[in-house]
Amino acid sequence: MSKRHESRVRTRLHTPFLFILFALLATLALTACQPVATESPTSQAEPQPDPEAPSQPEPEDLSAAKLVIYSGRNENLVGPLIEQFEQKSGIEVAVRYGGTAEMAATILEEGKNSPADVFYGQDAGALAALSSAGRFMTLPDDILTRVPGKFRSRQGDWVGTSGRARVVVYNTNHVDEADLPDSIWGFADPAWKGRLGWAPTNGSFQAFVTALRALEGEERAREWLEAMLANEIRSYPKNSAIVEAVGRGEIDAGFVNHYYLLRFLAEQGDDFPARNYYLPAGGAGSLINVAGAGILNTGKHHPAAQAFLEFLLSPAAQGYFAETTNEYPLIEGVSTSDKLPPLEQIKTPDIDLNDLEDLQGTLELLQEVGAFDSM
Amino acid sequence: MLLPLAYLLIRATGAGAAALDVLFNSRTLRVLINSVAITATVTTLAALWGVPLAWLTTRTDLPGRKIWTALVVLPLVIPSYVGGFALVASLGPKGMLQEALAPLGVERLPEIYGFVGATYALLLFTYPYLVLTVRAGLQRMDPSLEEAARGLGYSPWQTFWRVTLPALRPSLAAGALLVALYTLSDFGAVSLLRFNSFTRAIYIQYQSSFDRSAAAVLSLVLVTMTILVLVAERRTQGRARYHRLSGGVGRKSRPVRLGRWKWPALAFCAFVVTAALIAPFTVVLIWFARGVIAGETFAPMWEAAWHSIEAASLAALAAVLLGVPVAYLSVRFPSRFATVVERSAYIGYGLPGIVVALSLVFFGANYLPILYQTLPMLVFAYVVLFMPQALGALRANLLQTSPRLEEAARSLGLNPRRVWVRVNLPLLRPGLWAGAALVFLTTIKELPATLLLAPTGFDTLATQIWSASAEAFFARAAAPALLLLAISALSIFILLSQEE
Repeated sequence: MSKRHESRVRTRLHTPFLFILFALLATLALTACQPVATESPTSQAEPQPDPEAPSQPEPEDLSAAKLVIYSGRNENLVGPLIEQFEQKSGIEVAVRYGGTAEMAATILEEGKNSPADVFYGQDAGALAALSSAGRFMTLPDDILTRVPGKFRSRQGDWVGTSGRARVVVYNTNHVDEADLPDSIWGFADPAWKGRLGWAPTNGSFQAFVTALRALEGEERAREWLEAMLANEIRSYPKNSAIVEAVGRGEIDAGFVNHYYLLRFLAEQGDDFPARNYYLPAGGAGSLINVAGAGILNTGKHHPAAQAFLEFLLSPAAQGYFAETTNEYPLIEGVSTSDKLPPLEQIKTPDIDLNDLEDLQGTLELLQEVGAFDSM
Repeated sequence: MLLPLAYLLIRATGAGAAALDVLFNSRTLRVLINSVAITATVTTLAALWGVPLAWLTTRTDLPGRKIWTALVVLPLVIPSYVGGFALVASLGPKGMLQEALAPLGVERLPEIYGFVGATYALLLFTYPYLVLTVRAGLQRMDPSLEEAARGLGYSPWQTFWRVTLPALRPSLAAGALLVALYTLSDFGAVSLLRFNSFTRAIYIQYQSSFDRSAAAVLSLVLVTMTILVLVAERRTQGRARYHRLSGGVGRKSRPVRLGRWKWPALAFCAFVVTAALIAPFTVVLIWFARGVIAGETFAPMWEAAWHSIEAASLAALAAVLLGVPVAYLSVRFPSRFATVVERSAYIGYGLPGIVVALSLVFFGANYLPILYQTLPMLVFAYVVLFMPQALGALRANLLQTSPRLEEAARSLGLNPRRVWVRVNLPLLRPGLWAGAALVFLTTIKELPATLLLAPTGFDTLATQIWSASAEAFFARAAAPALLLLAISALSIFILLSQEE
């Protein structure tokens, strides 16, 4: 009996090979005829951005839609907020999380077949890249005018939803707050040699350098970068690594966004020996950048997408940003968390985020001075 | 397998003069030299760790061999974005080790950033590839070869150098290739330990200027390097035969008695396990404990765990099933065609995950929208990325198996199908298991392709770890990281129990 049994088992073992062979051939065949098969959907006319789009969509349309959001913002930060939106609006939402740059690149690669309805990113640079690739639709004025002009797209196709300030994080055991300089230029002093950190590959840092170029000119920006390199500034892959290193005392100060520190304090307690310092002289070192969102013109659920953007700019969501993610709310009437100095007290540079588009120029400058080679 | 390459060529032809400038400047050359240097160093060191560990755990009477085997292989599953961070936190200038040494007056540890640190980190995450492939090679070796050498008067050392090691060349080359290409394409470790490698240059292009053409041009340079590594590997194998020609014996070899050497051997194993496993594990445990103390609650992760297991198992299965015919073709019927097919599988493995993922986003969304963002597509991406791990193990196995057995079976009247089932597959078993295990363990920690290509909302443990650690929620990252380690440890034990 065992013999017959065996042979049956073995024949069964064999079938996967045939199956796989077949699957392979099928895949090959499919791949070969793809271009023909897919020309037709892409040739459909794109819905043109419509500035007069109704801002109050009909509720019936919405509950049927499944809104697809590509979020470069982290699930731990905005996941609960998106759940609130689902409950309040009755709209079903599917969120794809990833890095902001990766999500933007994904939308660019997907082209007109992108399943995304909304792109929600954490820096203006990625939003501007999608905007200049012509991927966003124009937003209704009702959404745009909720935030100040410098925190939204000049073309009206994306809008900032929460603000983050550039600050200096410093180690409280090694540095007295009174000894910190007024502006970023003070860190060019050789006294800071070997004690500083930055994240040259990080989007927020590059936005700051772009602002520096726009505010003080190309030569001054180069001068500052070279002064930092002369001070043997240490490179980190991202902001949180800088805050970590400052807390450990590996460096004494670093250039970061303001909210990372608050998370370390929440997780490790107030003993964590680092604090934020807002440069009193202002300038590029006090830039306010935004996280923001835009609606893809290839999306299929524009009314639901608008409802989501409206929600992000509602007092409830803005309050969530203020209290839970420690960011700056951008609409009027919502106050900043008491853990942060209010926006009005920060000497933010008089610069429009739309003037920070020249990322390529910043990248070239950083490469030329050797910022990426610094360790 | 060649889809990423096709994508890169499409993107690169769209590149203007600016992208070519990127290629031909002195900085690019310097970064290229950096990458070559670290790849060569890591591969050499990984062999120096991997071969003795494989030998000790298969051929000697080392106490607790099984447990050591599991422990030295386990670091394979630590994602480099976690391991790198843990390394900095523990061995950094002001890391946990310095804290522990502070009472002795140690104010600051020497720098671990740069070449040394990145090499060390990559060594810790990659040497297990060599342990696994070399172990498989040792287990298949005919013990009579070594016995004959001993009988003819060679000392154990001479036997090892002149008989064992040369016979291991296919497994050693397969493992070294995996280590070299992993090093070439890794981003997590080099970015955290601040080493300016070629992969980092590619990421900077994506991250900062959204310039996919420049990134494609740079990636093509990486493809060229991969091809050079492949050619070099092929050269080492030459035309030698690695299977026995005559009957031989099917029994197991008698374990080598270590005697007094037992203690240094144990110390070596303990050192490796401490550095590669216990140190990062401790850091993760500290994160976890800190979170618990701070009142962090941990959301259930069973669904993510199941997704991880599901996707990684399917990837392992698919890679092995596709790997068998390719390996068989290239070993038994070597031809230019077979070589090109087999070698092309390595292109995806030598590229950074983000490049492969974006290429499949491009082809998937535009030419195969039905499958885009589905599980089959994700599994396909894993196969493109990691099939060489299965292929290497299978090829090495086949090279050590004599074609005579198959021929004899045919001449005794078995039809080709039965030959596969009754002769070839049983002989391939160690290679099948090793290949599947490698793919499983590498896939379960994979990130870029999972983020970009998984069905929307398909959380895995790896994406949860990344999502939490990217925003400095270390305590929240710790729980899924510990679960990932547990699942992987379990699968390694299953693998080892199959060896007997």
